Amino acid sequence: MTEIFQSEIIISEISNLLKDDKHVAIGAASPIPGSAALLAQEERKNTNLKLQVTILHSQKFNNFTDGSRELFDASAQGRIDTFFLGGVQIDGEANINLVGTGRYPKLDKRFSGSFGSALMYFVVPKIILFREEHTPRTLVKKVDFISAPGISPPNIYRPGGPKYLITNKALFSFNKKKKNFKIEKINPEFTLNEVIKSTGFEFKTNKNLKYFTMPSQKRIHILRNLIAPKVLNFYPQFAKKLWFN
Amino acid sequence: MVNFTQITVKDIAKEVKDNCLLGIPADYSGVPMSVTIEIIKNKTKGLRLYCLPLTTIQGDMLIGSGCVNEIETAAVTLGEYGQAPRFQDAIENSKINIKDSTCPALHAQLQATEKSVPFMPLRGILGSDLYNNRNDWSVIDNPMNNSNTNDEKIVILPAVQLDILIFHASKADINGNVQIGRRRELATLAHASKKVYVTVEEIVDEDFFDSELKAAATLPSLYVDGISLAKNGAWPCGLTDYYDIDTIEMSKYANAAKYQETFDEYMRDFISQNNYSNI
Repeated sequence: MTEIFQSEIIISEISNLLKDDKHVAIGAASPIPGSAALLAQEERKNTNLKLQVTILHSQKFNNFTDGSRELFDASAQGRIDTFFLGGVQIDGEANINLVGTGRYPKLDKRFSGSFGSALMYFVVPKIILFREEHTPRTLVKKVDFISAPGISPPNIYRPGGPKYLITNKALFSFNKKKKNFKIEKINPEFTLNEVIKSTGFEFKTNKNLKYFTMPSQKRIHILRNLIAPKVLNFYPQFAKKLWFN
Repeated sequence: MVNFTQITVKDIAKEVKDNCLLGIPADYSGVPMSVTIEIIKNKTKGLRLYCLPLTTIQGDMLIGSGCVNEIETAAVTLGEYGQAPRFQDAIENSKINIKDSTCPALHAQLQATEKSVPFMPLRGILGSDLYNNRNDWSVIDNPMNNSNTNDEKIVILPAVQLDILIFHASKADINGNVQIGRRRELATLAHASKKVYVTVEEIVDEDFFDSELKAAATLPSLYVDGISLAKNGAWPCGLTDYYDIDTIEMSKYANAAKYQETFDEYMRDFISQNNYSNI
């Protein structure tokens, strides 16, 4: 049995979340979601439910021809089923912060910025929040800056929003009505208590808590032989570190 | 022979005046690095950068070199090479002003100028601290009865006109038309800018309008004020179909830019090297 890397388990878990999608888009700096989407696409290649994958940072896998605004226009029209967002901080009401920590604008630690989150979070039906680091500094009680809010009042057009949060320790679902996360799956390397301790917000526990599913040998084979070379084209640093070192 | 006056990279840099609003293309749309170096050499001051929708090494270098007073952007990052250190330092120490935005808003503000309308509505944004920190944005009740959302609130964004846009592209033809491929955001930027200057890898002996396929991928010369030849003009950024990003140089920059002293040292070398021909 070959050793399976942590990142590959997360790629596999994310891939499972895409099963009914028709079109998944991948934004900036998202090598793990990008790999997951290409994996799902490959596994569905010979079925009736084809998956369209748009990877903005790729030449070949970017399906748009009308410039970088097309992603946002297409999303607003409901043409994208799933998109991924991250965050310097994510809080218990699914507010996300991509701007920095401390008091805005003179922050203690500045990060890159909000990218397209302030529209995408509102219009894409299934937003998967992805943040590998699962600690009290990333999953916080309240974010220092809201790049995009987790929920909105009824007079705001909002067909989309957060559905899942996945980290290196756990997978959560988000309940829009109750405004909270519920744990669905846990990385077998951690206990529930450890996950609770490393989460800055309270979340709903689950009687049917499952473990992350180990990817099958067949899936690992596809990932390493068919997907990795593609990823090398548009996330070279990531691919080299994981698969080609 | 070409039917337009070819200018130099130095000529283009001279057009970038102190305090002007400068259009900045994203890392995937042709970063004009050769001109950026000349702007830094000129010690241009007070620039206001308008990024569509983000910037990488170009913005970070201009900020670290003290050329920038304000930046409007959805992100500044070195991508796979990490955070943009000079940008971070400038924000954390209040050296520059920032208008934090989101990609579709940066597009919409230029699209308003393209149509010559005073503002553009955009969904999303409400409930964010982006909105709460932007005095130039506003919110209205949707005046049309065409929404399934009752009493819908919607953000309106002001039209923004750029003073000057500079980008790097693959080819110009003999009549000064520029090939932009599917990087249509360059057309949006150009339409919304008072002046547009382009550096290109090559000038080819043909007219892109002789081919419908090529014409569709072209920014017409009517939007272009000057073209300069600059081989490797995007380096160390990449240019589609020509060269990939220089991973070694980007890593070197990401390391050096961590501190102002090492950044200054790096820039002394970077500026003195002859990285670009036809300057």
